[in-house]
Amino acid sequence: MIGLGHYLTVSAILFATGVFGIFLNRKNLIIILMSIELILLSVNLNLVAFSAYLHDLVGQVFAMFVLTVAAGEAAIGLAILVIYFRGRGTISVEDVNRMKG
Amino acid sequence: MIQLLAFYLFAIVTIVSGILCVTARNPVHSVLWLILAFFNAAGLMVLVGAEFIAMLLVIVYVGAVAVLFLFVVMMLDIDFAELRSGLARYFPFGVALVALLAGEIIGAEKAWDAGGIQLSRGAPTPEGMPNIQALGILIYTRYLYIFEGAGLVLLVALIGAIVLTHRKRGDVRTQKISEQNMRRPEDATRNTQPPVGQGVEL
Repeated sequence: MIGLGHYLTVSAILFATGVFGIFLNRKNLIIILMSIELILLSVNLNLVAFSAYLHDLVGQVFAMFVLTVAAGEAAIGLAILVIYFRGRGTISVEDVNRMKG
Repeated sequence: MIQLLAFYLFAIVTIVSGILCVTARNPVHSVLWLILAFFNAAGLMVLVGAEFIAMLLVIVYVGAVAVLFLFVVMMLDIDFAELRSGLARYFPFGVALVALLAGEIIGAEKAWDAGGIQLSRGAPTPEGMPNIQALGILIYTRYLYIFEGAGLVLLVALIGAIVLTHRKRGDVRTQKISEQNMRRPEDATRNTQPPVGQGVEL
């Protein structure tokens, strides 16, 4: 019988995979963005699983807003990546020091 | 029985394609694995009856975001081999941290299994109504302003992406519509009466 725990386990593994991807590809900005998408996907899976388990639709409404923000974030992130590549000719995260932060 | 099979199929394919997405050598393959992960996560969502979010996931992520990623990966001429150097250096630290994180999350979930906190329900799932209808009623009534706020977020992201990537190129001649509209006949033309044999002085 599939319970909430199964869904939460899948979501936890997916979340950990996303975090692992950020660590593994410390230089490649595109893969880091994809890892963030994976993390947000796992969050959405969690929200939907709880929504179904508790018979409460708010979780799904919230998942929709998370999806919206994730889409906007991907668009802005890729736009920044494109202009960064145009100016520097590389997308290596380690060379990002223009703002001296 | 078939639900069990479907759940394990979707779950395993989601996790495996997620892992392959972050470890793939070629970023194009990465994007394709990401698409597979999204499809299977949508399948997982369908299994619990959240059809609308599942369809949204397929349309928004696979149809828009993943294709955007694909465009960027393919259009920029990036030396990916150089970006992969130093992979082994981060590997042990990454594995340790991720193992800690996954252990923590799964531990928290086991603790939750032992006895959850009773929360009041914000919007109980109505009986005998399709998921999409119930969700639609909810987002167009109680969550209308938040829904419109989400639209605003998308609009700002849209404008932001265009403003960020738009560039003025110096080497092309474009139409200047305001200057064209400002021109008057008096400035643009003149009447002359040239004497015979001399022609017009320009």
